Amino acid sequence: MSVFPWVAWYALRRYTAYPLSSVAESVTNTAFAFMRAYVLLALWQARPALGGYDVTDAITFCFLTQAMIGPVQIFRGLELSDRIRSGDVAIDLYRPVGLQGWWLADDLGRATAELLLRSGLPMVAGMLVFTLRPAGPWALAAFALALPLAVLVSFAIRYLVALAAFWLHDDRGLQAIALVMSLFFSGMILPLVVFPGWLGGIARALPWAALIQVPADIYLGKRTGSDLVAALGFQAAWAVALLAAGALLTVAARRKLVIHGG
Amino acid sequence: MPGGVVRVYGLLAWTWIRAAAQYPVSMVLLTFATAAVSMLDVAAIMVMFTRAPRIAGFTAPEVLFLYGTSALSFALADILFGTTERLGKHIREGTLDAMLVRPVSPLIQIATEDFSPRRLGKLVPASLVLALALPRLDVDWTAGRAVMIPAMVLAGVAIFSGLWVLTASLQFVLIDGHGATKSVTYGGAFLTQYPLSMFARDFVRGVTFAVPLAFVNWQPGLYVLDRADPLGLPEAARFASPAVAVVVCVLAGFVWRAGLRHYRSTGS
Repeated sequence: MSVFPWVAWYALRRYTAYPLSSVAESVTNTAFAFMRAYVLLALWQARPALGGYDVTDAITFCFLTQAMIGPVQIFRGLELSDRIRSGDVAIDLYRPVGLQGWWLADDLGRATAELLLRSGLPMVAGMLVFTLRPAGPWALAAFALALPLAVLVSFAIRYLVALAAFWLHDDRGLQAIALVMSLFFSGMILPLVVFPGWLGGIARALPWAALIQVPADIYLGKRTGSDLVAALGFQAAWAVALLAAGALLTVAARRKLVIHGG
Repeated sequence: MPGGVVRVYGLLAWTWIRAAAQYPVSMVLLTFATAAVSMLDVAAIMVMFTRAPRIAGFTAPEVLFLYGTSALSFALADILFGTTERLGKHIREGTLDAMLVRPVSPLIQIATEDFSPRRLGKLVPASLVLALALPRLDVDWTAGRAVMIPAMVLAGVAIFSGLWVLTASLQFVLIDGHGATKSVTYGGAFLTQYPLSMFARDFVRGVTFAVPLAFVNWQPGLYVLDRADPLGLPEAARFASPAVAVVVCVLAGFVWRAGLRHYRSTGS
């Protein structure tokens, strides 16, 4: 059997090792969901049916996307960055399996752990206080495809950013820029449907839209039929393109690698 | 000795700045990036006002005024005390013990840790927005209103600083609690950017009387903007921010000392 399932399994075990800490994080995710919901409520009172969402859609969007923060990993990069900075990546490169595959397996394990520990509370709390839009069986099935695709795109982006450390040595500046992009252009700060004109057009075409906005639209039943296929295709296309770019960059990084102090 | 505390804080902060300056390109990039991250919330407010002229009855300059005062207070408090949120990590790794044997208050040591000019990047968008929003406010500027602006920012800095230290002190007891206390610190910063009248009434009561975030900029802001208080609190509440700030800081100092006294170190 391949080693990748084991890598994923151990990542899952590692990320579920401190459940209290994860639950504490989900408390903050939930608090932000409420605050964002009230802000959007005020906006939708001024502009009902803005961007094709009604009030229930907008509120559901807040709680759903706060529940997705953990698995899709909006805020943090890959642990790989630290290992490149410290030189530990040399050990990773010695392994008889590819660097990208190893870290992808690790990230899928992490995403599963965070889905289990951090996604429940925001959704349950939201349902208790507000009326959330229930997803139909088809929307839910499609969402079950869209969420892993979102994790894939998220990994592919974070992997590219992490690999940049081979050239930059200190990648924290780039990490911060990456955070800005993933917060703003994913729909995490404001749903992309609120963005006006050309800004909205650009935001919906960028890969970050595949992280939050597209899966949320699918959950809310905004994308059906051929439109649904297009939405999943959009996510898959970005995943393939960015993973391929990551594979090419890995080859270049192997040639570039200089371990500090050695 | 407050003078001594300031001197030691300055000295340690300066040491960390010199350390950060060893990587100048990274430092400049990080300063810009920090500024960009804090621009996001104001970008969201601007995008929302492209869709509606008033939100919850407030115009764009009014909301930007609330954003500016909140963000400036929070940024200053974050620069001064933000790294206290790492207390749990120091307890877990045993590095707090090393701080305790040094002849400087551990609070100052944690607060100055990793102090870098990049943190000043947070001040840029906040002060810029405030400077742009103030002349656009449709208010009758009296001496009282003009004095209220710096007064509310200072009180806001003190309230947020107190909350940083208070929530950090909780980690003496709840070592894994950091994730949840972020809803008070970062959550408080987010909340006070908006008019509190947007939120549910009980929620506003909570952030007025339990966690006094309403005194950062909402209550004094009502005075500056000449608005009625949706909770109907007496007029005096609008001038209560400095008093609230003193109470929060005294309480924070007390809780920090209590936490430190009961600290038993980790391990066997």
